[in-house]
Amino acid sequence: MREPVIITGIGAITPLGVGASVLHDRWAAGECGIEDGIGRCAGFEPADWLSKKEIRRTPRFAQLTLAATEEACTQARWTEGLPCEPERVGCVIGTGLGAQTTLETQAVTYVERGAVGIPPLQVATALGNSAAVSVQLRYGLKGESYGVVGACAAGAQAIGAALRMIRGGEVDAVVVGGAEAAISDIVISSLQIIGAISKVGISRPFDRRRDGFVLGEGAGVLVLESADLARQRGAPELGRIVGYGASSDAFHVTAPPPDGAGSIQALFAAFRQAEIEPGDVQYVNAHGTSTPLNDRTETLALKEVFDSHAYEVQVSSTKSVIGHLVGAAGAVEAIATLCALKTRTVAPTVGLEEPEEGLDLNFVPRSAQPLREPEPDHPPIAISNSFGFGGHNTVLVMEPGAAPLHDGGPPDEGAGASDGPR
Amino acid sequence: MSSNNHEGVQKFVFDSIAIFGPEPEEISREATLESLDVDSLDLVELGQLVEEKYGVRLQPQDFEDVSTVGDAVDVIATKVQ
Repeated sequence: MREPVIITGIGAITPLGVGASVLHDRWAAGECGIEDGIGRCAGFEPADWLSKKEIRRTPRFAQLTLAATEEACTQARWTEGLPCEPERVGCVIGTGLGAQTTLETQAVTYVERGAVGIPPLQVATALGNSAAVSVQLRYGLKGESYGVVGACAAGAQAIGAALRMIRGGEVDAVVVGGAEAAISDIVISSLQIIGAISKVGISRPFDRRRDGFVLGEGAGVLVLESADLARQRGAPELGRIVGYGASSDAFHVTAPPPDGAGSIQALFAAFRQAEIEPGDVQYVNAHGTSTPLNDRTETLALKEVFDSHAYEVQVSSTKSVIGHLVGAAGAVEAIATLCALKTRTVAPTVGLEEPEEGLDLNFVPRSAQPLREPEPDHPPIAISNSFGFGGHNTVLVMEPGAAPLHDGGPPDEGAGASDGPR
Repeated sequence: MSSNNHEGVQKFVFDSIAIFGPEPEEISREATLESLDVDSLDLVELGQLVEEKYGVRLQPQDFEDVSTVGDAVDVIATKVQ
């Protein structure tokens, strides 16, 4: 079923800064947002986007979500109100670790102060749905809302869920995305013990010296609308999601199967749904974590799926400049993929200097490349891969639309979030 | 202890409410909790802060007839003294 779902708004808060265009522009310029081996959203100031009360009642991953949502809804021109009945607008936000850092802080509070120190909303804010709830509350969305918990694929799984909701006619629009803010000593220690995280603090996907990913935080949010709704209201059509494929490895808690079978299954499923051939794809936004295992297996899967076309398609990793945003990665990278399609510019895999034998695709090393031209009369097509701990494999297939990107940034009025668009 | 008197309790309640979101200059005895966007969850938290500071436990029904900050101060001051 190829019925496209229209992207009318995008918003991203990442270690490269506030705004989806900032993410693309800085990445395309080869800039890196990782400092001291961590991808923090240092430029994100919650008070620019949230009221004092919202800040107190939301974990950081939900705060990042609200800011990204504001940008996306502004771009979608939802600022004067929702484009349809609130009952027809849903919200799905993926996350991996959710309110992990809030839980950690409160565990310490409990030890130090006892039960009186635990906020009444402890449980409500620590739930994995709290980002979706924050968005639903602020914008008055009355269609179905929930959180998706699919580790490093959660953001893409959320988009997959939204696609089904819209195509199934349950809703006409969905505010969808992923968010993560779980930079803590406990998380980092655990990832170090299993060797997933880089000891040297460098993200260099597909490089032979790569030794793990760099942990990052952030949020990406997209406004998706049915083709009918977008057309009726003359919405800005940034792009289209034309296919989604997903699978599970049923292999191991953290490792992918060495033959890449799960990712291959997801790739073919996405192509089938989008009704495209592998040769129609210009660009792959890779999962590209910079772990020895992923990058080898993903390359193998791409070679298997694309066959002779594998050496023509451009492949680059957003994680090379922002690190691994876990549950936010799929959504942020879908946005980065859309920006590549719209600007016809493929941003580079930064840090890739010494290719590993066998990892010999066009990984766009050093600097950005112009997007490969599609066949005449064909739109350029890109895919975004997200593969998660637990063996969740997802692939999104996207095409660009005609509307221009917008520059993001906090609303002029500063906080005052409770008066935000309804 | 001087903070146990009515004036001390009032200062404690004003300071606590300021943590919940309102600007300090908005907070007065006459201001309604509704106008300050102080809701039932904030009152539960206020109860926790009171318990931690004064060692008395407030129940949700203690706040049943409370509509202004002054009402809340009076309820808490009565419990504390």
